[in-house]
Amino acid sequence: MGLFLVELGVLLLALALLVALARRVDLSPIPFFLLAGLMLGEGGVYDVAATSEFVRAAGEIGVLLLLLMLGLEFSAAEFTATLRRHADSGLIDLLLNAPVGFVAGFMLGYEWQACLALAGVTWISSSGIVARLLGDLNRMGNRETPVVLSVLVLEDIAMAVYLPLLVVVLAGGGVLTAVAAVATALGLVVLVMVSTRALGPHLGRVLGHQEDEQVLLRVLGLMLVVAGLTHLVDASAAVGAFLVGLAIPGPTAERARSVLRPLRDLFAAMFFLSFGFGISPSSLTPYLLPALALAVVSSATKLVSGGYAAARAGVGRRGRLRAGGALVARGEFSIVIAGLAAAAGHTEVGLLASAYVVLLGVLGPLAARYADRVPVSAVRAPAGS
Amino acid sequence: MEVTEVLLPGVGVRYEFTVASGHDVGVVARRDGEFDLIAFRGSDPDAAETLFTMDRQQAEALADILGAPRIVERFADLSREVPGLASATIDIAPGSRFDGRTLGDTRLRTLTGVSVVAVVKGDVVVPAPAPAEGLSGGDSLVVIGTEPGIEQARGVLHG
Repeated sequence: MGLFLVELGVLLLALALLVALARRVDLSPIPFFLLAGLMLGEGGVYDVAATSEFVRAAGEIGVLLLLLMLGLEFSAAEFTATLRRHADSGLIDLLLNAPVGFVAGFMLGYEWQACLALAGVTWISSSGIVARLLGDLNRMGNRETPVVLSVLVLEDIAMAVYLPLLVVVLAGGGVLTAVAAVATALGLVVLVMVSTRALGPHLGRVLGHQEDEQVLLRVLGLMLVVAGLTHLVDASAAVGAFLVGLAIPGPTAERARSVLRPLRDLFAAMFFLSFGFGISPSSLTPYLLPALALAVVSSATKLVSGGYAAARAGVGRRGRLRAGGALVARGEFSIVIAGLAAAAGHTEVGLLASAYVVLLGVLGPLAARYADRVPVSAVRAPAGS
Repeated sequence: MEVTEVLLPGVGVRYEFTVASGHDVGVVARRDGEFDLIAFRGSDPDAAETLFTMDRQQAEALADILGAPRIVERFADLSREVPGLASATIDIAPGSRFDGRTLGDTRLRTLTGVSVVAVVKGDVVVPAPAPAEGLSGGDSLVVIGTEPGIEQARGVLHG
């Protein structure tokens, strides 16, 4: 017990140091957490035997909290409005970025299930990193920003369908089961969106309470029950958590967000750590070059898809570059996806994705920042656009 | 004047309009209650400069100073929450003093401190009426103010 406490304490202190370091150099802590996890655990400099079980379990909850918060972040109304206006941009985002991972997996000789997971890894930008970047870089008022946020929202809805599909495919399910899983997920998303207006107030009354303690326990409890149930019916537990977040109406969602944020930060950090624990640094070396190539190509495709989305909204050249650059960062969701693949035995996806996310977790913010500095022949957008 | 409203999913809403000097300015209303005042005035037409950020209270104060009649609309909800604030409906009797005159002619705000939030004309409701809004017998004014102010207003309109 004593060793467990000391190890966990030192781990948390190390995380605090890493977050401070990350913020000092204006980067997201996610790649730092992954690197720390790599350095520890299996094949690392120190085997955290006493805490690894706990960190793993906490990490499982971390994934759920990441998706719950994502669901809480957006309202069903925002989803539908965005879908109506930016569906094209979301489609281009999918068509340009997902094939990069799929083709890379194919070229590396992976099974098609692993390729499908890699497609998700290169497709989904990191909502956490990008949203924070936009705030830090003072770009919330910019004209390309609604487009960037809209692309993130669309990726997030798409995840609610993609994750169940991936889970079925990884479990060796056939076409029929896969189609059924996608249909069920789509049905659930639509059901939640449609029913929030009717059920939202009730849910809000049940979950909302004056005491923060009550809000915390009720939302967390509901999330775990729903996630557990979706897991029992062989769907993705993460999607269950996401749907709970989506169903919680505005004012209650705001409360829940503020109450759960510190918990999310803690457990998500545990998730990234535990992901690294399972990987020994030496096994990573053969994946560095493919990851670098993947990072370069998928940065380029994000620049194009982000630029396209911005252009559709009438944004000028400079702004298009900013939109693309902002979306380059991949992070938490790429790791969530790779974690599913690794758990199903495709360890190569986990290894490639961890190197990839470390690279893009660092390159992404740089791309976002320097998109504003590279010389673009000063082309003005047509007046009034 | 045209105000463009753009949804910022997960963040809030951005409002944007062009001011008399020809500059594009805007407000980013964040869901957490903060407001950023922004201006587009650099060489890049899409890059906003954040002039300053206000919390909810400061934004209310600024809105008060600017005194937009728009704010009055919001009082309709507030009257239920703010102690001392009341709302009432006052009828314009046919053939009375302001039958056929304009809302501005009543000088209701100046005389009593009461704000007219809406004019109800039969089935039609005119929200946030301008001073030039015509009044005729049978119309009702929806007003917001203090209880004594509303009593005075009744006196003015019926007198």
